[in-house]
Amino acid sequence: MLTLTGGRRVRVSRATAAKAVLLAMFALLVVPAAGNARPSTIGGSNATSCQLQVFSWWTGGGEAAGLTKLIGIWNKNNPSCKFKNETVAGGAGTNAKAVLAQRLAAKKPPDSFQGHAGAELRDYIKANQVEPINFIYAKYGFAKIMPKGLINQITYNGKLYSVPVNIHRANILWYNPAVLKKAGISAAPKTWTQFIAALKKAKAAGVIPLSLGEQWTQQHLLETTMISTIGPARWAALWTGKGDWSNKGVTLGLNRFKTLLTYTNSDAGSLTWQDAGKLVADGKAAFNVMGDWQDGYFSGTKAGGNLALKPKTGYGWTAVPGSNGVYVWLSDSFTLPRSAPHRAAAIKWLGFLGSKRAQDTFNPVKGSIPARQDANPKLYGPYLKWALAQWRTDRLAGSLTHGVVAPTAWATDIGTALGLFLQNKDVAKFQTALTQAHAKYT
Amino acid sequence: MRSIRRWGPGLLLVSPSIVLVAIFVYGLIGWNVKVSLSDWRTAVPSSNWAGLAAFRDLNADLAWNENVHHLLGFTVTFIVGALLVGLTLAFLLEKGVRGEGFFRSVYLFPMAISFIAAGVVWRWLMNPAPGDRSTGLNVVFEKLHVGFLANQWYLGLDWGMSAMAMPAIWALSGYVMALYLAGFRGVPEELREAARMDGASEWRVYRHVVFPHLRPVTLSALIILGHISIKVFDLIVAIGGKQLVTQTPAVYMWILIYDSRDYAKGAAIATLLLAGTALLIIPYLVYTVRSERRV
Repeated sequence: MLTLTGGRRVRVSRATAAKAVLLAMFALLVVPAAGNARPSTIGGSNATSCQLQVFSWWTGGGEAAGLTKLIGIWNKNNPSCKFKNETVAGGAGTNAKAVLAQRLAAKKPPDSFQGHAGAELRDYIKANQVEPINFIYAKYGFAKIMPKGLINQITYNGKLYSVPVNIHRANILWYNPAVLKKAGISAAPKTWTQFIAALKKAKAAGVIPLSLGEQWTQQHLLETTMISTIGPARWAALWTGKGDWSNKGVTLGLNRFKTLLTYTNSDAGSLTWQDAGKLVADGKAAFNVMGDWQDGYFSGTKAGGNLALKPKTGYGWTAVPGSNGVYVWLSDSFTLPRSAPHRAAAIKWLGFLGSKRAQDTFNPVKGSIPARQDANPKLYGPYLKWALAQWRTDRLAGSLTHGVVAPTAWATDIGTALGLFLQNKDVAKFQTALTQAHAKYT
Repeated sequence: MRSIRRWGPGLLLVSPSIVLVAIFVYGLIGWNVKVSLSDWRTAVPSSNWAGLAAFRDLNADLAWNENVHHLLGFTVTFIVGALLVGLTLAFLLEKGVRGEGFFRSVYLFPMAISFIAAGVVWRWLMNPAPGDRSTGLNVVFEKLHVGFLANQWYLGLDWGMSAMAMPAIWALSGYVMALYLAGFRGVPEELREAARMDGASEWRVYRHVVFPHLRPVTLSALIILGHISIKVFDLIVAIGGKQLVTQTPAVYMWILIYDSRDYAKGAAIATLLLAGTALLIIPYLVYTVRSERRV
């Protein structure tokens, strides 16, 4: 039997057709359901396969090494509920936060996730995705052993939402002593004028004066330059309703940042923070501004993917010029998500994280100081001993890039404005954009 | 009653697909458009009508402006490059060479590689480090004494997105080659013979007989490359991450939704991407269906 277009039509019997339709419907409906059948770990059964799913962005350098040690201790003490390490690479959590937002929106939270203590958690709090954990602080006595200033800055409407594991300092200037000697720089710079003079000498000596990485590290440089210019009190004011982003202090800070950019490497956008640090370690650059996780990378073991340099001889450090006496702090902390699949284990994990043993195991390797005040200084390397001493006396300023002073949306808008500035180098437009961002979020 | 027996089983067979497509494609597209017209701008859900507020915000956004420029630069280089390279490869192969099957496969393979994997390798090749730190293509240029060709690749302010199009050209030109090969082979040999007998040189045979036949192929390739280019995301993230210097609309949408939690503005970008793709595909589909009906 011919059809209109000249082909042949095959006669299909009714029985065959009915079988084909039934088979298709079976395939479409039953097979996906069978594929989804899984042992009931989703939904919170601690009795059978318990797994503590912890989400973080600690994938490199001292961070990964420190986390590995914590995992070792946890697994030994909790053989029935092993640690499941769920990490997403990308410095400062630039990628991890996006992946986490996806999981939380899909109502598949991990048992605990890393978040910066401070304003960064506000999005999760407002979206009702994390539980208040004042009860954990009460149970383990954290409020008595962590500094009051820190606890105040991470309390939101009277409630606490995360346990800080460490304190990092953002405003550190790392340098290579051999390169400084070669360039004729007698001492690490302490003021802005000395800094510019040193950068000029480094340039003349043929090395990269200030090594820089991808966009978030440039935001990091921007914030430390700004704090060094306007000081911690005016910095804190910028993030309140009364903050004035259009004043001369901010203009000066932005201009200084613009000047610093002229002393950096042209391929910054293709380097991670580790790559930029390695330029200093290898003697190809003189200075690098980065948080003190750089110390973990510089002095950590080669087996852990670090550079195994000797502190003070292989590399040196000082506060970013102009910010001596100011501790620009940030803190990695862990939360308790709502509907955590293994809530009891998650609570135990948070209690463990705030303990002296966990913090004194993790921090020496990570390159940070504990949030607790009863650290054993003998466990800490030369840089961290210095940092521990400074933490007692310095004034505090919260970091922007690492989520202390501004919620993520505001920090993202500032990042966008920075991206535009990096292309046109127009300080006036940049300052206008920053002022608009402030108006939008306060 | 008789007619339902003719089309009933067929309809029953495709009804699961229809239901699924209706929900997961068109239903979700509708929901996305609804979100883009709402006031859901923060982490707290909200579904009040806000009209075109998100679109107006986007229009005034300088970063969006940058993204569109980047996308244009990427699209133009990608499409022109892929068409030229694909056409050249097909031209070389169309007369039939020894090992044609081998060459066809080799040129087609890059299409099977995910953009993330290709992006990671090309990121290394396009490393912008200058001078004595150079690696990748820059150091190859220097060793071959053409060091002046070394440049900033994807970090360049003017031609960065054109450099970003190189991995995409590498991946898709094999596919364009396959399209053009089919096009070349579709030209009847009698036509070419007739032209040669009339005294045309080989080049004129191509120009006046063969290439006009390739116009529908070029149109198909243009549409397909165009819609791939509008959506480009994984290649950009693999090479440039979230930085503004290489950002495209799809990446900005990702940032707006997952970092800024500005859902309406992100959905507005998604709606615009869909509209842009529809602008390409729908006229093409109409044209194809009409020309098939004529046949």
